[in-house]
Amino acid sequence: MSEIIVRTGGEAGDGIASLGEMLTRSFARMGLHVFGLNAYQSVIRGGHVWFQARASEVRPFSQGDGADILYCLNRETFDIHRADLRPGAIVIQDPEKFPLAPSDVPAGAKLLPVPTLAIARKYATQAILQNAAGLGAMAYLAGIPLPVLHQVITDSFGRKAGDVVTWNLGASADGYEHARQHSGANDRAVAPRGEGKLVLSGNQAIALGAAAAGVKFLAQYPMTPASSIMHWLAAHSRDLGIVVKQAEDELAAINMAIGASFGGVRSMTATSGGGFSLMVEALGMAGMTETPLVVVESQRAGPSTGLPTKTEQGDLRLMIGAGQGEFPRAILAPSHPKEAFLATIDAFRLAEEWQTPVLLASDLHLSENFATVDRDELPLHPEIPSVATATLVPGTDYHRYQYTASGVSPRSIPGQPGLQYVAGSDEHDERGHLISDVRSGVPVWVAERKKMMDKRMKKLDGLRRAAPTPLVEGSPNAEVTLVAWGSTVGAIRDAMPLLDHQGIPTKLLFVRTVYPLATEEITEILENAKRTLLVEANYSGQLGQLLRQETGVLLPNRLLKYDGEPFYPHEIVAKVREMTGHGGQ
Amino acid sequence: MADSSASVARTSPPNTLPVVGKSDTKPTWCPGCGDFGVLAAIEMAVKRLQLPSHNVVVVSGIGCSSNLPHFLSSYGFHGIHGRALPVAEGIRWANHGLTVLATGGDGDGFGIGAGHFVHTMRRNVDLTYVTMDNQIYGLTTGQASPTSMMGQKTKSTPEGVIEMPIDPIALALAAGATYVARGFSGDVKHLADLVTNGIRHHGFSFVDVFSPCVPYNKINTFDFFRQRVYKLEASGHDPSNLSLAFQKALEWGDKIPIGLFYQVERPTYEDLEEVLSAGPLAQQPAGLAGHDAILDEFQ
Repeated sequence: MSEIIVRTGGEAGDGIASLGEMLTRSFARMGLHVFGLNAYQSVIRGGHVWFQARASEVRPFSQGDGADILYCLNRETFDIHRADLRPGAIVIQDPEKFPLAPSDVPAGAKLLPVPTLAIARKYATQAILQNAAGLGAMAYLAGIPLPVLHQVITDSFGRKAGDVVTWNLGASADGYEHARQHSGANDRAVAPRGEGKLVLSGNQAIALGAAAAGVKFLAQYPMTPASSIMHWLAAHSRDLGIVVKQAEDELAAINMAIGASFGGVRSMTATSGGGFSLMVEALGMAGMTETPLVVVESQRAGPSTGLPTKTEQGDLRLMIGAGQGEFPRAILAPSHPKEAFLATIDAFRLAEEWQTPVLLASDLHLSENFATVDRDELPLHPEIPSVATATLVPGTDYHRYQYTASGVSPRSIPGQPGLQYVAGSDEHDERGHLISDVRSGVPVWVAERKKMMDKRMKKLDGLRRAAPTPLVEGSPNAEVTLVAWGSTVGAIRDAMPLLDHQGIPTKLLFVRTVYPLATEEITEILENAKRTLLVEANYSGQLGQLLRQETGVLLPNRLLKYDGEPFYPHEIVAKVREMTGHGGQ
Repeated sequence: MADSSASVARTSPPNTLPVVGKSDTKPTWCPGCGDFGVLAAIEMAVKRLQLPSHNVVVVSGIGCSSNLPHFLSSYGFHGIHGRALPVAEGIRWANHGLTVLATGGDGDGFGIGAGHFVHTMRRNVDLTYVTMDNQIYGLTTGQASPTSMMGQKTKSTPEGVIEMPIDPIALALAAGATYVARGFSGDVKHLADLVTNGIRHHGFSFVDVFSPCVPYNKINTFDFFRQRVYKLEASGHDPSNLSLAFQKALEWGDKIPIGLFYQVERPTYEDLEEVLSAGPLAQQPAGLAGHDAILDEFQ
C-alpha cells in the first residue's frame, strides 16, 4: 500500500497528541512523507480530541480523507469517526473500556479488540500506559517495524525516569504482538523506503527559519495558535543566543520588537488575530520610522475570541489594512512547513532590505499541524545583508531618510558614531526632523511631506518585485484554475491528482505574496483561465475581493469554508466535479 | 538589493566622540513651559556624565514633552502614544552598552502607558525614565490627566474630576522600581542631580517631575509648587527604607516632598537574562552557523 491514514481519538488529557506525534515520527523515520493533523479544543481536560497521521510515498499536503486504522480511547471517538472508515479499515479498542460488537463496525471494516488496560497493569498502576499498548497495535497494523517505534518511544521519553521508558517499551511490544496474533490478514501496512525525514509543525518551521535568518530577539504574548513559536525559541534561547521576551501584552510585544530592531538586531513578534489587532498602531510606526520588523499572524477562527483552537483565513483584509494612513508592507502566505521555513527567511530578507514591516500570514492549520521535510529542503545558512547600511562621510550631514530611487535610505544603528538621528512616528524630513508641528501647512513643507510619502510608498514597487512570485502548478490545459493562498493550498494540491485521475485536469494559482500583488502576472493567469474556483477559509472570499480590486477579474465560483475545520481534498474534488458538470463521484 | 549604499555622513570626524548636547532643533514648547527646565536638567546630567552622543538613545511617546529627543544630539526614538517604555526596553536588550533614557508626560506614562510603566519597573530594566508631569493633557488642549487632582475643572471634566489621581511615586514603589525620585522643573540644579544619579543607578530609575503647563493647568503652577515643595535630602529622609518612602509618597498638601524617595540595588533584567552575559546582543553572532545538528531534534 502506498498510503495509510491512522486516526486516534479520546478526551483531552488522554495523551492523544503525544500518540499522534510518535506515530508521525515513526513513519518519517521509515522514510515516508507524513501529514499529521492535531484536532483539539479549548479545554485542558475532557471534550474530544483526535489526531490523524497520513503517511505516503509521495508527499501529502493535507490530512487526506478517511481513516484506515482508528484507535478509539472512548466510545465517543468511535461514534464520531466511524463514518470516515475506508474499506478494509481496522478499529482498535479495549473491551474493558467500553463494549463494541463486530456488528457495530461498518461493513468492510474490522474490529480488533486489544486489552490495553490489562497490558498496562502488567507494568505499572498508571492507566496512561494503555496508550503504549494501543500505539504498538497501531504500529503493527500500519507496518511500522517495532525497532523504529521503540527508538521513537525511547527518544520521546528519554528524559524521564528509566522505568517510564521500560514500561512504554514493554507495553507497546505487547500491543504490537497482540495485533500480530489477532488481526489476521493485513493489507494496510506501508513499507519503509529510504532515509528518514524530519517532522516539523508550521510554527517550528517558522521559528527555525527565523533562527536561520538571524533573529536575535522575539517578543510575544501567549495566544493560540502562535504560542509554540515562542516555546521553540525560548527552549533554544541560550543555545542560539536569542533573547525571548514574554511581554505584558501585544502592544508591548510589538513595540519591544521595534525597539530591538532599531537597536540593531533582527527582531520579530508573533500572534493571532486578536493580538494583531492590538499591534496595528505600532505596525504603522515601523512603517513610518522605516524599521525592519517581521510579524507572524497565525489566524484562527474569529471574530473576537471566536474558536481559539480552530482554523480560518479571515484576517487577510485586517493584515492589508492594518494601521492608519498608508505605508509599505509585504504579506507572505506559505502553505506547508517547508514553505513556512523559506517564507520566514524571505520575510526577514524583505524587512531588512526594504526597512519596513513584513507579515507572515499563517493559520492554525499550518502553524500547529505536522509535515515531513527533507534535510536538504531546509537551507540553514541563508545570506541576508547586514542591518547597518550607513557609513560616515566627513564633510556631509547624515540623512537617515534620504530620498533615493528605491525609497530605501541608508540606516545607522545606535552606537555608530556621528550617525545619530531621531526616528520619528510623526512625519519628518530627510534628516528625521519633524514637519508635523510648526512646519506643517507651510508650502515648502507641504511639498516635502508629499515627497516623503512618495519615497516610502516607492518601496512597494521593490517589494512587489522582490517578494515570492505566484506559483502555478498543474495541467497547462486545465478545465479549472484553483485560486488560493496559505494553508488551503494543501488540500488543493492533494485534490488535483484525484481530479486528474477522474479526467478533469486542473491548475493551481497559489498567491504566495498576498500583498503587494504581482498584478500583471496574476491578471494574465486569471484572464487566460477557462474557469476559476476560488478556495478560501473565510466567509466573504477576501482574496477574491482583493483580486477583483487589483486585477478587475471576478472569480464567480467560490468554495468558502468558515466552520473552523480545514479543507479536505474530497470537498474540493466534489466542487470541481459539480462546476464542470461531472456531478457526484 | 536596494540602493541602500547611498553615501551618508556628518561634519564631525568620528574620533572626537562628542558628548550629548543640544541639537540644532529648537524646542517648540510654549513660553514658560516647565519642560524647558527638564530639558536643561537632562542636558546638565548627560554633560556631567560625559556621555558620548552616539551611545545614548532618548525614547519618547506622544505629547508635548515627548518631543524632547529632537532637542538633543543623541540617537532618539519618538514613537507612538504610551509606548516609550517597551521601545526603550527593546533597545536596551538589543544593545545594553547603550545609555537609554525614556521621557514623556503623565498621560503618556500613567494613562495610556500605565501597563508598561508597571511591568518595566518590576523587571528592573536599566534605563532612566523622566516624566514631565503637568497633571493635564496639554497637546490636546486641556483635558483631565491621570494625575489631575480631584475637583479640577478641565475641558473633559467641566464639573470637576471625580477620580482619585494616580500617585506615580507610590505606584513606582509598589511595582518594584529601584530608584524613585521626584523633581521640580523650577529647581533645575536639584533635578539635574536626580537625573544624574538616576542614570548612574544600576537598574530602573524613575524621576517624576512637576513640570507646569502654563496655558492649561491654572492650579498646579510654578507658584503652587514653589510654595509647597521641600527637599527630602534636607529633611533627613532615609532613602533605603521602603516603608518611609511610601509614607513620604503619600504626602500631598501644604507640604510636598521632592528628592530621592527610595533607592535599592537589585539585579537588572539584563543581569539575569543569560543570553546577554555574552555581551550586547547586537554584537553577538546571528544565524545557525555551527548549529546544523539542531535538525536532529526533528527526526
